[in-house]
Amino acid sequence: MITTLLISVGLVTSISVFLALLMVIADATIANYGEVGISINEGSKELTVKGGQPLLKALNEQGIFIPSACGGRGSCGLCKVQVLQGGGQVLPTELPWLSEEEVQNNVRLSCQFKVKQDVEIKIPEELFLVKAFQTKVARIRDLTYDIKEVTLELIDPPEINTQAGQFIQFQVPEYELTDEEVYRAYSISSAPSDNKRVELEIRLVPNGICTTYVHKFLKEGDTVMINGPYGDFYLRDTEREIICVAGGSGMAPIKSILLDMVDNGISRKTRYFFGARTTKDIFLLDEMKELEEKLPDFTFIPALSDPQDDEQWSGETGLITDVIDRMVDNVQETEAYLCGSPGMIDACVKVLKNKGIPEELIYFDKFA
Amino acid sequence: MESSWYPIAVFFAAVFTNNILLTNYLGMCSFLSVAKDLKASVGLGIAVTFVMATTTVLNWMVYNLILEPFGLEYLRFIVFIIVIAAFVQLVEMIIERVSEGLYAALGIFLPLITVNCAILGVSLFMVIRDYGLITSLFFGFGSGIGWFLAILSMAGILQKLKKARIPKGLEGAGITLIITGIMALAFMGFSGMLQIG
Repeated sequence: MITTLLISVGLVTSISVFLALLMVIADATIANYGEVGISINEGSKELTVKGGQPLLKALNEQGIFIPSACGGRGSCGLCKVQVLQGGGQVLPTELPWLSEEEVQNNVRLSCQFKVKQDVEIKIPEELFLVKAFQTKVARIRDLTYDIKEVTLELIDPPEINTQAGQFIQFQVPEYELTDEEVYRAYSISSAPSDNKRVELEIRLVPNGICTTYVHKFLKEGDTVMINGPYGDFYLRDTEREIICVAGGSGMAPIKSILLDMVDNGISRKTRYFFGARTTKDIFLLDEMKELEEKLPDFTFIPALSDPQDDEQWSGETGLITDVIDRMVDNVQETEAYLCGSPGMIDACVKVLKNKGIPEELIYFDKFA
Repeated sequence: MESSWYPIAVFFAAVFTNNILLTNYLGMCSFLSVAKDLKASVGLGIAVTFVMATTTVLNWMVYNLILEPFGLEYLRFIVFIIVIAAFVQLVEMIIERVSEGLYAALGIFLPLITVNCAILGVSLFMVIRDYGLITSLFFGFGSGIGWFLAILSMAGILQKLKKARIPKGLEGAGITLIITGIMALAFMGFSGMLQIG
């Protein structure tokens, strides 16, 4: 009896050890690509990394963060990078995310593409500024019944350089709803000058992995990892009049832009349309009042689409698109900044285009 | 029955009458997820065929040369799994190193099928049915071809279905499973021709 037991244990162990050994040898010989070089943006940065790993990971280890929402499983299609040399064949796992034009331009998904030889890649300059930050939750407060404002104090590194309107990625650790770390993107609502902390506005989405975590589990004092900043949604340096449109937590980047205008003494004429269903969905009214006083020509126009009979509301009512349609005319020399749900943005872009604002002057940040 | 034609008979039985996917419903997960795309189905089908043929032979050797002499047949489940996993991993590494084209076409599917139950199932059936080495090779290869045939026909049908109006609740895996059932019924029509196992 004992001998059978010993033989069986011994046998399984020796087979496993033999195969494991085989794998280790194979890993050191067949899968060993040595050191390879990555040349970024025509040599403006040269890296040496261990070959054979995905480009996303290789860059990550060197402190260059390519935005990715799925963490490298090839299921979000965000981590696109242009590989100019040493790319080889596009893999079938990448094709669903690439347009024909992108394939022609050697765009690859950096989480699927493995670096096996020296490569030349091209990434947007601003990605060099992206860093990972360790932060501490300084404050969580309710803005509405389903939106929380989370203030993160930066610990390491202690400062962040952003442009108003940009976003960061929030790392959600393993918990009930996810068995691996995931990243979700949120706009920064604080001013760039306030560079020792970032403030986020996070609306609870039923069963949303990150929003549930923030609303139900996150406590003041907790450590949170973020990386950023990302995005090209920021105030353009022109003399044009400004129209801002937002709904719900789309408030965040617009608020950041407005605070930045105060800091830099920008006095362009600005109108901010904010869409909500009832008074329960409206927040930061006092802050907006304050901004109206600080900025020489700024009007905050909140509008309710579904005002309840028992509510005291003297402001605008109707769908935000109707309110814009009613109140905006004379759009010569005007640019627009929109942030909100895809449905709202598409509708607003249509209205603004009808009013005569050229499409290229309408900037937006869609929640995906 | 044990004539020199027996391996050939087993081969055809594995493709048609005892199709691993359609009669045993093994290997469903990768079947359901990949059948949407015709090109990927071909790649996966070839990869499965290759891995089934080779691992069946490997496992036959492990079973008859190591497990049986020591009287440890009951360990076959765990040992077969380890052998398959290690082998597939090795093949993937080699393909990735040697041929970029082959890797793009087949290699990326290999991790998918490491844990494919059809692969393990074929090795276990080989033991239950007491096949010899040559027969096992034909059985593994035939089962792979059978699986390939099943996913290829499903991919073809799903291409056509793209234009069909399918009730909302049946979209995706639902309609695929129903069609698989109907296909299994159709394949039962072959069962009078020859039987194994």
